[in-house]
Amino acid sequence: MTYIAKPKVQWSGQRHNELGLTIRDYEGGLSTLCAGCGHDSVTAALVQAFWELAIRPEQVIKLSGIGCSSKTPAYFLSGSHGFNSVHGRMPSVATGALAANRDLIAVGISGDGDSLSIGFGQFAHAVRRNLNVLYLIENNGVYGLTKGQFSASADPGSKAKKGEENRQQSIDPIATAITLGGSFAARSFSGDKNQLVPLLKAGLTHPGCAVIDIISPCVTFNDHDGSTKSYAYTRAHMEAATFTDLVPPAKTIETDYAEGDATSITLHDGSRLKLKKLDPEYDPGNRAVALKFLEDHRVRGQIVTGLLYLDSDMPDFHAVSGTSKKPLTSMSHDELNPGADALAKLQESMR
Amino acid sequence: MKPTDTSNPDYFHRVVDCQWGCPAHTDIPEYIRLIAQGQFTDAYMVNRQSNVFPGILGRVCDRPCEPVCRRARVDEKPVAICRLKRVAADHKDDIQDRLPEIPTRKNGKKIALVGAGCASLTVCNDLMPLGYECTIFEALQVPGGLMRSNIPAFRLPAEILDEEIGYITDMGVDLRLNSPIDSLKALLDEGYDAIFIGSGAPKGKELDIPGRQEADANIHIGIEWLESVAFGHTEKIGRKVLIIGVGNTAMDCCRTSLRLGADDVKVMARKPRGFFKASDWELEDAEEEQVEIVINHSPKSFVVEDGRLTGMIFEVMEYDIEDGRITDSRVIEERFLEADDVILAIGQETAFPWIERDIGMEFNKWDEPVVDKTTYQSTIPGVFFGGDAAFGPENIIWAVEHGHQAAISIHNYVHGKSVNDRLPDRLNLVSRKMGIHEWSYSNYFEPAARRKMEHVPLSERFKNLGTEVELGFDAEQTACEVERCLNCDIQTVFTDKLCIECDACVDICPTQCLTITEPGPEEDLRTRLTAPADNTEQLLFLSGPLEQTGRAMVKDENVCVHCGLCAERCPTAAWDMQKSIIDIAYAKDHDVSPCAARQTG
Ligand SMILES: Cc1cc2nc3c(=O)[nH]c(=O)nc-3n(C[C@H](O)[C@H](O)[C@H](O)COP(=O)(O)OP(=O)(O)OC[C@H]3O[C@@H](n4cnc5c(N)ncnc54)[C@H](O)[C@@H]3O)c2cc1C
Ligand SMILES: Cc1ncc(C[n+]2csc(CCOP(=O)(O)OP(=O)(O)O)c2C)c(N)n1
Ligand code: SF4
Ligand code: SF4
Ligand code: SF4
Ligand SMILES: [Mg+2]
Repeated sequence: MTYIAKPKVQWSGQRHNELGLTIRDYEGGLSTLCAGCGHDSVTAALVQAFWELAIRPEQVIKLSGIGCSSKTPAYFLSGSHGFNSVHGRMPSVATGALAANRDLIAVGISGDGDSLSIGFGQFAHAVRRNLNVLYLIENNGVYGLTKGQFSASADPGSKAKKGEENRQQSIDPIATAITLGGSFAARSFSGDKNQLVPLLKAGLTHPGCAVIDIISPCVTFNDHDGSTKSYAYTRAHMEAATFTDLVPPAKTIETDYAEGDATSITLHDGSRLKLKKLDPEYDPGNRAVALKFLEDHRVRGQIVTGLLYLDSDMPDFHAVSGTSKKPLTSMSHDELNPGADALAKLQESMR
Repeated sequence: MKPTDTSNPDYFHRVVDCQWGCPAHTDIPEYIRLIAQGQFTDAYMVNRQSNVFPGILGRVCDRPCEPVCRRARVDEKPVAICRLKRVAADHKDDIQDRLPEIPTRKNGKKIALVGAGCASLTVCNDLMPLGYECTIFEALQVPGGLMRSNIPAFRLPAEILDEEIGYITDMGVDLRLNSPIDSLKALLDEGYDAIFIGSGAPKGKELDIPGRQEADANIHIGIEWLESVAFGHTEKIGRKVLIIGVGNTAMDCCRTSLRLGADDVKVMARKPRGFFKASDWELEDAEEEQVEIVINHSPKSFVVEDGRLTGMIFEVMEYDIEDGRITDSRVIEERFLEADDVILAIGQETAFPWIERDIGMEFNKWDEPVVDKTTYQSTIPGVFFGGDAAFGPENIIWAVEHGHQAAISIHNYVHGKSVNDRLPDRLNLVSRKMGIHEWSYSNYFEPAARRKMEHVPLSERFKNLGTEVELGFDAEQTACEVERCLNCDIQTVFTDKLCIECDACVDICPTQCLTITEPGPEEDLRTRLTAPADNTEQLLFLSGPLEQTGRAMVKDENVCVHCGLCAERCPTAAWDMQKSIIDIAYAKDHDVSPCAARQTG
């Protein structure tokens, strides 16, 4: 929290995206989070990703539950739609919003408490339905907003600020998402924008549920020695398995860089996702390999990051559920309300 | 690129663009904050310490600080630094008790000064409090030099000059008016311990084209003419006046003509706009008074009929301009313009007819004395130069700075120390942190545009030659203008060891100044920052290796608005906002006592 708002300053070196907007046009209100909170960095990474992709803010809906992490939609894209819902219930509201309007670009912001404790069931179903949302878990191992209780992602043996040890097993949202049939599972770190921004861009372009587990340290309650979600611990134990880059459609031809061990996946809008394996053993197209890799590293105390599983051909929520192609908001009253006769006919057909 | 050595005082000094740009290094942001707090007298004294004539400079300074002011890089116009100085001068209380005490027991050293312009006066200002006996020889009947004889009273009222010159002459300077020096040799023989020559650049340049002699009665040399107006010898001029040249002297000549009865005044420029020597604000002021500036006219001859000037013939020029430089030119036609009087304002030079060439003083090929750029000493030990006399015409603030530097040399010289024995600048940093989110400076960014100076209405201002045109800022304008200053002296100071690389500062910075990245050569580094650092005149700060990743914190100083948000956001106080005090050494700071070395032990 600061006393003065971030001033709007114009200077000649400022850059503009294809829409003529500066990065500052993608910001939101003043953050009230603690100084140094990882969540603010994730916010900044989102601002950068949206700006670089030149997405119009009014195309976007930001959804969240409850928690410090869930407060962050207020801090970016003030020109977008938003719904700050009930604790753990972000996926339900996102499902409703997307069923009503598939043209929306949805970003769900959640925390480890919000998605792995109270909202675990909701999280699971959003993943298996392949709901078209960029699903971010800003993971700090604690309930930040309620002053630092262990969350379901806290590692066994890790210590709280006052010294007590966590004795319960932790949930790994990425392993969970892969076993649930997720189509896009990635992990990153709030302190590594070089990795995070391209992943966010890839997730925003992915046709389905893109889950990104972002280690996002809580400076106030979980950045001490003994924490496994601190800045220092994460940096010391991070192991990037892949590097991702998203090449926008306009640039696909120029940016045909030497493939090496990089695979290139063409997305529906013509952009291309470059996936470079940093570990030759790794195969982000194979669930069994991915899960084994995750487990092997977990045992060694390493935190695997990067795009860890991807299947961009998996049918999405709209295809499976047959949602309306036309947003409800653009339908006439008659279309939305076909009348008693139409209802009677429908009921008849079900007898 | 190596990690930045912020213990070198120049690093933080350069961040304060205005102070670095000011020849006398006035602590501008400090006095602006004092004005904001209503501490006008304190603000005046901060100015006086370095620039000696705040009331004068607050009206007529050439303002080298303003074009370089950081505000101009995040806004259309710089802070009105100069006009704020005038606010301090206009609203201060009596400062007598703040002036240095003059010792009644003198130090026995006698200094002669030639000319009572701002350069000589500054030397006296610095030396009188140290017990010197200073004698100024001035050719004219009043002190002040060109400030008095050439800068018109409608820009600089006489009372202001009297007051600020008085502070110095009242220190007990032996001021000998109407006393031109006509022989340096004779002066040397009088046995002064040192001589300072601050005689200015008194010779106006001539224009030798046909008709010059025949029309002499109606052709005037700008600086001589302004002087004769200033002293009441000239009270009239013809209706149609042509001013040749488009520098600041030309601006004073055209505006003065309007006040002496001219109603059709043209300033004749050889080149197009953008090549003019006059400052933008002087041009604006002249044009506001309906002076016409005629471009691309090169003087060819004076036209004389019946022994009287009737006008001038000009060659109308056409120029090829590439990247702001003239690559070729040609004459496209000739044009006659009527004139009753012509004023030549095409430059001035130094002239030393009174310095004998056989007394050991070396002159260069342009017949200018050879003067050392640091010590201001000529090739005759003990004879120093300063102001326009040293290196040709400049401006008041440079003359003042020369005076300070020459005073140091004189102080050393007369005590048998080397004139090169000069103290370096020193830097002090003091944190401005008051509480978690509180700083003892106004870190809010005021988006307002530069306040406009109000002028006396055109209908009023020509009635009296001495009517000051600018009215000064009122309270509201002042309150707004002071907030436009970005407090560049409240430095962002970084401590490598404390940083946990959380990125909070990088993310909050409103102008994308900060980056945490791998160090590298400066050129390369400049391209891979949060925003490219294109302004190579502005410094990059590079920290030492950070603890967690070994990367470095990089700051591009270019458009930092000193909002302090980086420091507010930093969870570990790795960034702090600290006031830089640049401690500039004057003569009084140079210890010349024989046992100086032992005293410090
Ligand atoms: C028309 C005009 C307008 C200007 N406007 C500005 C402005 O707005 N802002 C600005 O900063 N600068 C301005 N300047 C420049 C500025 O006035 C000079 O740079 C400055 O006055 C130089 O100071 P000085 O002490 O070196 O010499 P001067 O001010 O020239 O003083 C020299 C003094 O020495 C005396 N003298 C000379 N020879 C002898 C001798 N042999 N014996 C005894 N006395 C002698 C002269 O009479 C004079 O009083 C202007 C100049 C001109 C011509
Ligand atoms: C139904 C309900 N139960 C409990 C709470 C209290 N509560 C608020 S935030 C929170 C935990 C948030 O943790 P997380 O999602 O990890 O967010 P963080 O603050 O750590 O970013 C809890 C339990 C609540 N607001 N609503
Ligand atoms: S903004 Fe203020 S401190 Fe900075 S350069 Fe301008 S006047 Fe000086
Ligand atoms: S003070 Fe800090 S946050 Fe503010 S502009 Fe300068 S570097 Fe950026
Ligand atoms: S806010 Fe402080 S700790 Fe965080 S990166 Fe910046 S300087 Fe380092
Ligand atoms: Mg949490």
